[in-house]
Amino acid sequence: MDFYFGLLQIIGVHTILGLSAYIVLLTGQVTIAQAGFFAIGAYIAGMLTVLAGWHLVPAMLVAALVAGFVACLVGFPALRVKGLMLVVATTAFGEAVRLFWFNFDYQIAKGDVQVGPLGGEGFKQIRFFPENGWTTGDVALFIWFWVAVIMAGLWWMDRSRAGAVLRAVGEDELAAQSVGINLTAAKVSAFAVGGFIAGIGGAIYAHYTTHIEHANFGVILATFAIAYPILGGLSSVLGTLLAVIFIQGFLVEGLRFLGDWRNLLFGALIVLAMNVRPRGLIDERVLNTLRRTFSIGQGGGNA
Amino acid sequence: MLELDGLTKHFGGVRAVDKLSLSVKEGEIFGLIGPNGSGKSTTVNLICGVFPVTAGSIRFAGADITAAQPHQALAAGVVRTFQNIRLFSNLTVWQNLWVAQNGMESRKSENFLKRWLSGDAPARRSVEELLEFAGLIGRRDEYAGNLSFGEQRRLELGRALAAKPKMLLLDEPAAGMNLEEVGHLDQRLRKLVERGVTILLVEHVMELVMGVTDRIAVLNFGQKIAEGTPAEIQNDKAVQEAYLGGSSGS
Repeated sequence: MDFYFGLLQIIGVHTILGLSAYIVLLTGQVTIAQAGFFAIGAYIAGMLTVLAGWHLVPAMLVAALVAGFVACLVGFPALRVKGLMLVVATTAFGEAVRLFWFNFDYQIAKGDVQVGPLGGEGFKQIRFFPENGWTTGDVALFIWFWVAVIMAGLWWMDRSRAGAVLRAVGEDELAAQSVGINLTAAKVSAFAVGGFIAGIGGAIYAHYTTHIEHANFGVILATFAIAYPILGGLSSVLGTLLAVIFIQGFLVEGLRFLGDWRNLLFGALIVLAMNVRPRGLIDERVLNTLRRTFSIGQGGGNA
Repeated sequence: MLELDGLTKHFGGVRAVDKLSLSVKEGEIFGLIGPNGSGKSTTVNLICGVFPVTAGSIRFAGADITAAQPHQALAAGVVRTFQNIRLFSNLTVWQNLWVAQNGMESRKSENFLKRWLSGDAPARRSVEELLEFAGLIGRRDEYAGNLSFGEQRRLELGRALAAKPKMLLLDEPAAGMNLEEVGHLDQRLRKLVERGVTILLVEHVMELVMGVTDRIAVLNFGQKIAEGTPAEIQNDKAVQEAYLGGSSGS
């Protein structure tokens, strides 16, 4: 049973990470910085619970606010660059964050052991869950509660005017400006909200693995972050969830029996999926079919 | 209403617009014509703040909008359309009009958060009116990218009106239209003027320009070479030379 709870935890955290990239991608900005915000959330929440003895929830929210604030700071210079240049800039930022934690030591004595982040050795003993007697089932439930909250929030945002504004910016910045949309506000707020969500994901991740180190937050993780919403399709947050289940559940776990061949097939299957469904697993057509089936009503008139 | 004074824009060594001064009066349709590359579109881009101005000033309704960002120019009442249609093709017709509800009235009437998240009731009513104006009521939930060319042009004009502009800058609205459609456009522009909108029309289609405008300015190599009524312009030596002697006029 623990295996399945573990899988649920991974899928949950990666969904949060993917959703953090989803909102930034809506504005047409390809960001490789999400792993950086994720790392900031992880380390800060870890330090607050381990070193300062906070409860996880406030620690998580403070860590997410810090990550969101940093994202805001990244968002302003990111306004000036687009496309590949933005990819390069955000990659550089992500690496800078990783290297910061690689060099960051702050340990205090707790009983007879030293706790806290220790540079290249990482941050061990983030034992909030075991110390408070949470079972893996409790943890999975806790994670999925936050997944549900974030997904519901983004779903609602998507159907509100803000969602349409972000999409308008993503489609054509010049036209968006000329109908009076404030580009700076739209892009920076997308970055800030994305950073906040990544911070929450990082905070949860630090606590369920209990041991984090700089190498967890490299470019690979950042690539996964944008791969989920792109593979899932930017029509709906459901796409991101489906893509995480597809990659983490099916490709990573489901194909484990293939041994070393798994990694090869992994890449090939993603390429295949993108070829068959170029606008993502869940595109506008699927979404419209779903809407008709559940007769939620079309997005426009009554949104 | 709109006053350009010594407006200049250099791109590197190229003087795209050179000491352009002109004044558009309230309630008129003012034509801006000239051969390709004469600086018409650049002028439009300068007025609505897409490019920073090199020198000179732009005043609109008494306010200085020389350094305004596009959304600030729009807040002042200046809205433009594009030479090549630039709709949000993966948004529906309804959403295209909805995101464009950034006019002054809705700014004042509701608080920021509400306007940002849902748009206000007047904005929704305004979307309905615009759907009717553009003749797209039955197509409201269609993605803009699926509309026909004529429908897209109508939607773009509707979207520009969504901000309740005092002045419209139309960048070649008749491009790609047949004569019948140009006739419809002519009528629609006159209707807009009746509603109190001032129009700056950048256009190549002479049937439209000569028929609908009150006054015309002619640009060549970024400089104004003539200004006057359509009849005066048609008989102007310098203008004939620019068009006939130039390499690629229409």
